[in-house]
Amino acid sequence: MQADVRSALEQRKREYWRRNQRMIAVLMVVGFVVTFGVAYLARDLSFKFFGWPFSFWMAAQGALLVYVALVWFYARFMNRLDREYGFEEISERSEGAQSSR
Amino acid sequence: MNETQSAFTARLKRVYAWYTVGVVGFVLLLGWLEQVGLTRNWIGYLFLLATVVLYAAIGVMSRTTNAAEYYVAGRRVPAIFNGMATGADWMSAASFIGLAGTLYLQGYTGLAFIMGWTGGYVLVALFLAPYLRKFGQYTIPDFLGARYGGHAARSVGVVVAIMCSFVYLVAQIYGVGLITSKLTGLSFGEGVFVGLAGILVCSFLGGMRAVTWTQVAQYIILILAYMIPVIWLSAKHTGNPLPQVAYGAVLDKVSAREEALLNDPKEIEVRKIFADRADTAERMLAGFPRSFEEGKAQAQRALDQAKGRRAPPEQIAAAQKAVDTYPKDANAAKLAWSKDLALRSRTAPPQRHAEAFPAEGDAAKSASRRNFLALVFCLMMGTAALPHILTRYYTTPSVKEARESVVWSIFFITLLYITAPALAVLVKFDIYSMLVGSEFSKLPAWVNSWARVDPTLLSITDVNRDGIVQLAEILIGSDIVVLATPEIAGLPYVISGLVAAGGLAAALSTADGLLLTIANALSHDVYYKILKPDASTIMRLSVSKALLLFVAMLAAYVAARKSADILFLVSAAFSLAAAGFFPALVLGIFWKRATSIAAIAGMFSGVAITFYYMATTYPWLRGLFGITDSVASYTWWDMSPISAGVFGVPLGFAVIVVVSLFTRPPTAEAQALVDFVRYPRLPASPGDPGPNTK
Repeated sequence: MQADVRSALEQRKREYWRRNQRMIAVLMVVGFVVTFGVAYLARDLSFKFFGWPFSFWMAAQGALLVYVALVWFYARFMNRLDREYGFEEISERSEGAQSSR
Repeated sequence: MNETQSAFTARLKRVYAWYTVGVVGFVLLLGWLEQVGLTRNWIGYLFLLATVVLYAAIGVMSRTTNAAEYYVAGRRVPAIFNGMATGADWMSAASFIGLAGTLYLQGYTGLAFIMGWTGGYVLVALFLAPYLRKFGQYTIPDFLGARYGGHAARSVGVVVAIMCSFVYLVAQIYGVGLITSKLTGLSFGEGVFVGLAGILVCSFLGGMRAVTWTQVAQYIILILAYMIPVIWLSAKHTGNPLPQVAYGAVLDKVSAREEALLNDPKEIEVRKIFADRADTAERMLAGFPRSFEEGKAQAQRALDQAKGRRAPPEQIAAAQKAVDTYPKDANAAKLAWSKDLALRSRTAPPQRHAEAFPAEGDAAKSASRRNFLALVFCLMMGTAALPHILTRYYTTPSVKEARESVVWSIFFITLLYITAPALAVLVKFDIYSMLVGSEFSKLPAWVNSWARVDPTLLSITDVNRDGIVQLAEILIGSDIVVLATPEIAGLPYVISGLVAAGGLAAALSTADGLLLTIANALSHDVYYKILKPDASTIMRLSVSKALLLFVAMLAAYVAARKSADILFLVSAAFSLAAAGFFPALVLGIFWKRATSIAAIAGMFSGVAITFYYMATTYPWLRGLFGITDSVASYTWWDMSPISAGVFGVPLGFAVIVVVSLFTRPPTAEAQALVDFVRYPRLPASPGDPGPNTK
């Protein structure tokens, strides 16, 4: 019985971590494409985009907006994942309890 | 602290809202005083005095003797405020003053800094911040020490942390001296001293706690100071007060102007004059010192001949002038020719601002692209590995807030970085269309005043004597773009004062964070964790404060020597931090199998190869190590030395992986630590299903 519960927890942990890793991989691919992909092809991607050459706009603004979106999305995703798997912190605890390791 | 976290957050919001109102009120007050006749110097003094007193006051109010307060601000900094503090911590004098200028000079190429210095936060968010917060200790070497066991990994971490933080600190103190002396007319040395006082009062009394609340205050000043002039300039040139939206059309006009200037005969004439002077200088220097005597004799002969054949008076006058202006002695000649030789850099036609990887020929273009990509890579990895930034995420109340705080950090940082390219284009438009083509007798006031203050920032000479300003006749230093924007936009001097105060805030806030990182690495990691584990809290904090003073003095001493290679050192810090920390930290969290020996070997080899590449390819370091073989024989794939991390990071990862597989798996304790940091909260007993099922 005790062993079952333990392995259930282990299962939950593994699944949580796998989903985290998968999300990281997806977001990294997006980040890589808007940064290095666009920059690599910068000379060919100089068509007009709202008045800017596209590759210039991407490096000066587009990529930055994507970064903010990625970080925001990941924070939201992980905070939800914590709750879904029951790993979220008990909020508003007093100082010291969390850093007691 | 009996106050709940939400009441605390609400109080902070009130305090900083009133503070912002106060800053705006102060600027308006000074603006009014300027109208009734307050002099520029006094405006400068008042700004300097008010801001330094403000930061010191926050330091005094936040004084503390509690270790958690001193090292990590009591871990109750709400996400949004930690975001602002990180923004100020992150944006240095180089970001505030230099970045827009770099973009002005380099166009698309400079955007590597924009992407690198923001994109790094994606790595912080995905790979580091939440896990370091869960770990919940005080420093980055702390994590290395706990994860990889023993003092070895911790010590390597301390060395890398100090190495990259110290050069960065020197650059900030240098910036403080520069801005203070510009703002008030104090000398550079006095400026360094005043700035140092501001940094020390704050961090000395209250450690991280004082630094945090000061950094929030500094962020508010620096973002206001950056935005106001750009918005004004944008409204002036485009009628739209949102520069980030409006400058696309301006960029179009700048590009059209560039095409015209590229083929303008007058521009070509000026560049040709520079090329001729550089050629002559090169010839003379090659034949030195014989060429000096020959040249002198030749000039005299030309004069005699002209007189002898009764040439027209203007020819005689020209020949006479050539004799009169000929260098007096060999040393003066060498100096003058070396200067002329440097004109070679001004013979190139202007770069197209929006063109990616401008270069002659396909090979050079692809080398330029490789360097651009590598620089972005190094800056991103370096951002995610600089200890003074990572420690900021120890200060939030929870893992959840650490994640949210990265969102706020990148948001507040992006505000400035998305504006800098707009500023660069707007200033370029102003210079290309208003200044170029104007008459020398009618230069705008800001040009005259800046050219007088510092010719390295701006100098204009009528090289071809046609009375009209050509683009090639303007020499512009990168720092002027931000510093002169208020005047270019036609704003009162008080805004120039605000901009300088913003630059000062940027430099001081970064210096505070760095100083604390270095002092804590020494006091906490070396003194407390390695040398004297039984030291009392009072003793630890005393040691930390003594070190703080010592490190600050040392950095000020180095900064006062005004080494010209500071900018390189700062960029080098990113590559070194990236190669030293990033692989070991990330694998420490994401791969349980990473072993202690492997991590040490990985950190060491990453830093070693990065440093080796810099030492063999960067002129100043080559001189230091007495390397005389050609640079080309040490260069790999045309990579420039500041991107050396592009070799260090992959090597670091590879070494850790390979060595780990050949060494015994980490202890159960180390593996348990990995589990501990991966999950924000693990159920206390295996049977606890977690609170969501309640």
